[in-house]
Amino acid sequence: MPDLERLKRLRNRTAIVGVGASRQGTFPDLDPYTLAIEAFRSALDDCGLVRGDIDGLIVQGPGGVSFVRMGEMLGLNPVAGATFDIGGFATGPLIQYAALLLDSGICRNVALLYGNASRTEGRRFGGETTVTPGREYSSAFYYYGLTSPGAASAFQARLHFETYGTTSRQLAAVPVAQRRHAALNPQAIKKDSPLTVEKHQRSRFICEPLRLYDYCLINDGGVALIMTTAERAKDRRKRPVYLMGLGRHDTYRHSSLPNYLLWRETMPMAAEMAFGMAGIGRDDVDALMIYDSFSINIWFALENFGFCKPGEAGAFTQDGRIELGGEIPVNTHGGHLAESYMQGWLHQVEAVRQLRGECGARQVRGAEIVQYICRGNVASTLIYRN
Amino acid sequence: MSAYRKPLPAVDDLNRPFWEGVRRRELRLLRCEGCGGYRFRSFRLCPKCGGDKATWVETSGKGTIWSYGIFHKAYFEGFKDEVPYNVVLVELAEGPRLYTNLVGARNDQIRIGMPVEAVFEDVTPEVTLVKFKPAG
Ligand SMILES: [Zn+2]
Repeated sequence: MPDLERLKRLRNRTAIVGVGASRQGTFPDLDPYTLAIEAFRSALDDCGLVRGDIDGLIVQGPGGVSFVRMGEMLGLNPVAGATFDIGGFATGPLIQYAALLLDSGICRNVALLYGNASRTEGRRFGGETTVTPGREYSSAFYYYGLTSPGAASAFQARLHFETYGTTSRQLAAVPVAQRRHAALNPQAIKKDSPLTVEKHQRSRFICEPLRLYDYCLINDGGVALIMTTAERAKDRRKRPVYLMGLGRHDTYRHSSLPNYLLWRETMPMAAEMAFGMAGIGRDDVDALMIYDSFSINIWFALENFGFCKPGEAGAFTQDGRIELGGEIPVNTHGGHLAESYMQGWLHQVEAVRQLRGECGARQVRGAEIVQYICRGNVASTLIYRN
Repeated sequence: MSAYRKPLPAVDDLNRPFWEGVRRRELRLLRCEGCGGYRFRSFRLCPKCGGDKATWVETSGKGTIWSYGIFHKAYFEGFKDEVPYNVVLVELAEGPRLYTNLVGARNDQIRIGMPVEAVFEDVTPEVTLVKFKPAG
């Protein structure tokens, strides 16, 4: 268990002051760097800083987007640059790292840039091109036809269904809720494509028991965040959103196999750490932003972070409880299932916009605390307040 | 006779004893000489005790289904004609878990907890795969 007393000193010490998103969709002429830089310009404008103010450069994106190359393109010579080679799991840990760079005095203003051209690059999340013996996380046992992150989530969904008696019909409530949210988000790719439980149930299986609408989108886009210290944040253009709590817990056991656990061995510890640091309880959280590469991730987050009991997420997610106006709205932007697949980065943008009160028709009334949760063998969470 | 078109395992110095065992209809695992723990992955060191001495031993070939998925999308060209096909995660009696295909049962008969046992399938003149069937 972390040294919570010491960790509490980091509470509200850093803040996100600028957010930006590029166009989201399919852009055959653009690469991940261009998309990230488009978002970066918008984030700088959002907070009133200029490029030369940035002295920390964190860069992420599928296919090995490099902070060195990005820095070269931007003409930046920062104090510190970094990428974490753990794909979508990296979003929470990188923001935590940025907070440490800032609070320690190593950096004054950190830019976090994300670029993704998966649609244009024709990136596959399964099949021959993802078989990399020796790095077996995504490709162990491929010779049995096992491949893709979705399949790993399908094994988890099956385990949940058979253990607790939950169903695909119950799971449909997750993508249905997120499509409703996306309809209120001008930036969402699926803003004009509503979904019903029946349509979900009629859709084809990809890896059974998961269906088409349980899978995230694959598209191009860029996202940028600007973080600074709490003191400096007050001078920025808009209301700062403070990082109130952070949590992480890893397990490396079985890491060479695709996921098949329900993340009971990582997520509850990350939750305890973040709530302990922030000094709040679950009831204080006004909205959740949950990493949703697959719909079932929402259930794991709700159960393992104590928003409902283990095994109860199927029932908990019914009756609009996770929708706007419900008990705990989840992914009010539409998330990866309906807005855009930016590997958790647009989840941060939405958290900030909700806490600034900028969300218009999808605004969570009186939102003061928003939490981000990512499942996995590298589980992470962030608690933001305004 | 048509050629085998599915992907084949990558055999290396560390896992070669496993594949040679399967060829002889033995499901072998590495057992640590220090703590007696079994491991499927051919890591050089034991993750439990750090011991560097381990031997390949034959297992019971028995286990139960931990979870499973049915592939309706053919990510691999070689599996195109078999969709929907199953992949099951078997927990061996000795502890380690491995992914495989269940044969001798329809996809809708598969259940978590189902007892299963190893069978061996020569897929090419050089390569044998271990699959599982319902026990009994
Ligand atoms: Zn040992």
